Amino acid sequence: MRSKKVFITGNEAIGEGAVRAGCFFYAGYPITPQNELTAFMAKRMAEEKRIFIQAESEISAINMVFGASASGVRAMTSSSSPGISLKQEGISYLAGCELPAVIVNVQRGGPGLGNIGPSQSDYFQATKGGGHGDYHLIVLAPGSVQECFDFMFLAFNLADKYRNPVMVLLDAFLGQMAEAIEIPKSKIQISNYKKDWALTGAKGRAPNVIRSLFLGEGVLEKHNLKLQKKYKKIRDNEQLFEIENRNNSEIVFVAYGISYRIAKEASLLLQEKGLKVALFRPITLWPFPYQALKSLAKDKRAVFVFELSYGQMVEDVRLALGESLPVYFYGRAGGEVFTEKELLNFVEKENA
Amino acid sequence: MLEFKKPQTLKDKPFHYCPGCGHGIVHRIIAEVVEELGIRERTVAVAPVGCAVVAYDYWDFDVTESAHGRALAVATGIKRCRPQLAVFTYQGDGDLASIGMAETLHCANRGENLTCIFINNACYGMTGGQMAPTTLIGQKTATTPQGRAPQKGEGYPLKVPELLANLKGVVYAERTSVDSPANIIKTKQAIKKAFLNQIEEKGFSLVEVLSQCPTVWGLSPVQAVRWVREVMVKEFPLGKIK
Ligand SMILES: Cc1ncc(C[n+]2csc(CCOP(=O)(O)OP(=O)(O)O)c2C)c(N)n1
Ligand code: SF4
Repeated sequence: MRSKKVFITGNEAIGEGAVRAGCFFYAGYPITPQNELTAFMAKRMAEEKRIFIQAESEISAINMVFGASASGVRAMTSSSSPGISLKQEGISYLAGCELPAVIVNVQRGGPGLGNIGPSQSDYFQATKGGGHGDYHLIVLAPGSVQECFDFMFLAFNLADKYRNPVMVLLDAFLGQMAEAIEIPKSKIQISNYKKDWALTGAKGRAPNVIRSLFLGEGVLEKHNLKLQKKYKKIRDNEQLFEIENRNNSEIVFVAYGISYRIAKEASLLLQEKGLKVALFRPITLWPFPYQALKSLAKDKRAVFVFELSYGQMVEDVRLALGESLPVYFYGRAGGEVFTEKELLNFVEKENA
Repeated sequence: MLEFKKPQTLKDKPFHYCPGCGHGIVHRIIAEVVEELGIRERTVAVAPVGCAVVAYDYWDFDVTESAHGRALAVATGIKRCRPQLAVFTYQGDGDLASIGMAETLHCANRGENLTCIFINNACYGMTGGQMAPTTLIGQKTATTPQGRAPQKGEGYPLKVPELLANLKGVVYAERTSVDSPANIIKTKQAIKKAFLNQIEEKGFSLVEVLSQCPTVWGLSPVQAVRWVREVMVKEFPLGKIK
């Protein structure tokens, strides 16, 4: 496909990707570091004659998305950490009602108001629930501005395919940095999922009902088991990851998003010193690619996990590997970003 | 010849509400209006969290549930994406005027072309009879055992249509009741107008209906009707506010 090269930020790339993936409805509320995305959508959605609403709060925004999705269109919202906390009840309703939607979290430092620096401290919230009840989001973690663009297609398709909310999880760094990316010149053809469950008016069919309330003995359990079956299908079919330097390496670095870029720089420094490092990047944080990591690490000496948090994804790494080999963790949070030199020093110290 | 028959827009299912509850009456009024306007095939209802959460068991058109208080945000999402639909919310006083007040105010202020049916029963029915923003001064509830007392910081009965009438986005706000056949007819006329406003793309319309909750009030159905007529309307005067 013919494409053009543009130099844009991650936030803008997400917006452009969403528009081209057929997002018809966007609602959001201002919060740094994702304001460029909301402003971008205000402009682009109007150009495309689609719907943009600046909601009165993140709570309202996610519930507008609920309504838009219930009406059968592709709908999304975006925010940053505190705003994403406010959306959690709505996200749980989306999951319970099996409504597709895309939620973008450009993470910032927490807890509380925290700061506006980059962070990966919302991993637990994104992958382990966040809202109430037994549900899962599909969580995609782009690692470049190009992927910010590309993953919006994936996000909307997965949401429609499984009738499930999808979260795109990045950080202030990735959201606000600009890179040159390829954007296809032609309008992209989006795949059409049949939404015969949508609320379009009961014409020539029985009324449709969107609900998450199931009263009566065993009725909710049955619904929950149906959801669990769906989550298993997603686990079996949708794990995404990237591996570099699989062969002839002694140790493994595991990181995602912006941390992966820094970890990769550190691995190059180590390589110069003669230590060969394999790199593992989960792209779907849920479902987490346990098996792929396990098979990569099988003949290695140690695993190093780097996150902009005090250790969240590392729990999934330990779940994947058990006691089979040492797992070392290095992280910084509170809006601070480690350097490749810092990682190098840590590895040399632990690996001595 | 007068014929009393069930509207096609109501399913063949008895209401689960308590004897003498106003919800069933208003459900039926809405069903009749939707049928008479011939809009069943393009009507979408947004149900609240409250006693009426299971409205989809009764209405024979598309219905969605919504999180507690967020019905008007959900309705905004539906209506903006499919403006040809007739979208309405059906909300209790806890749902609309307490937890959902921000959504209510801002939806009205945006002038969303929606119809909002607001059921004021002066209490939280579903959770067992706690104070609502509309609870009368002196009224005893589970959380105001001594009676609602503004001097104790429990606030005053909130008058939603009066509050919203100040907003430019609101084209119509009226308060009615369902305590007598005459008032039921008036309620039906008001609800019909609120739907017609939407069909004519005029903007946001709200009808507040004073509705009996004999169970929480601790009254018989007959006494409850009398309480609306003799006590409640003094705090919440009936009629068109805007
Ligand atoms: C977020 C949230 N908070 C609280 C509740 C519990 N709850 C259910 S219904 C309700 C109040 C209902 O009262 P009202 O809106 O007046 O409707 P009614 O039952 O009187 O018709 C509450 C507080 C809930 N379901 N969700
Ligand atoms: S508790 Fe009150 S509002 Fe709820 S069904 Fe019973 S009478 Fe109706």
